[in-house]
Amino acid sequence: MSPVNPDLVGRTFPPTAPYLVGREKVREFARAVFADDAQHLDPEAARTLGYADVVAPPTFAMVVQDQTLQQLLAEPDSGIVLQNVLHAEQRFRYTRPIVAGDELTGTLSVTGVRAIGGNAMVTSEAEIRDAAGAHVVTATSVLVVGEGEQ
Amino acid sequence: MTADLAPGDVVAERTVDLTRESLVRYAGASGDFNPIHYRDDVAAAVGLPGVLAHGMLTMGLAVETIVPWLGDSGRILEYGVRFTRPVVVDPEEGAQLRIVAKVGTVDDDSARIDLTVTHNETTVLGKAQVRVRRA
Repeated sequence: MSPVNPDLVGRTFPPTAPYLVGREKVREFARAVFADDAQHLDPEAARTLGYADVVAPPTFAMVVQDQTLQQLLAEPDSGIVLQNVLHAEQRFRYTRPIVAGDELTGTLSVTGVRAIGGNAMVTSEAEIRDAAGAHVVTATSVLVVGEGEQ
Repeated sequence: MTADLAPGDVVAERTVDLTRESLVRYAGASGDFNPIHYRDDVAAAVGLPGVLAHGMLTMGLAVETIVPWLGDSGRILEYGVRFTRPVVVDPEEGAQLRIVAKVGTVDDDSARIDLTVTHNETTVLGKAQVRVRRA
């Protein structure tokens, strides 16, 4: 039997509190993913490309996505225990890159729960929008949730 | 620069040396403080062969390989990976990742760039594909 509650499918969570993307946070994240291109570090270089400030590396969206996944983990009836979770797949679909100064909110929907043996594959989509409500990026993750120790 | 793309062309490649410090740095930058990424005792207790790099770190550094070639990371329309093999980061030796970015398919407006990420001759990401706007 799947450890994860199948009724989670179709559930949508409230938008996360606005996350203000700071220039130094973008630089810190860029260094951490070995992103040394000037657009991530130098506001002038970013402006040359038409952006208001430094451009976050493509996977920075996971910082906001992670806040949405915390909501899922905190759901009392989910059956999901963090220690039993493996990240199996990740995808980002972009309307535009994240730029310092953005204020982002994420809205998570669970789109699939599939039992495989004693495990469950949970697919969720976090839609990330800016302060004006415009779409920035959708982050889709597939988590494999095991039963773990009983 | 992306006008004449043909499937199989290598557009970018690089080698990244990860150390334990890299993992701590990524933990702080991303907020992912799962101890399997910095504590040998916790990694061993859950049956892992050692402290592992965050999958999202591997995913993140892999795509950055093509950013200087693209010029503008805003040309990235979609990026997806499967986490197929763990990257064990030795406390002394670290772990070396090799990234090769090749053109997969090309159509009028976009191209698919396939990333191959290897550690010790083993591919660690599956279906690591980036769809990019051609201009």
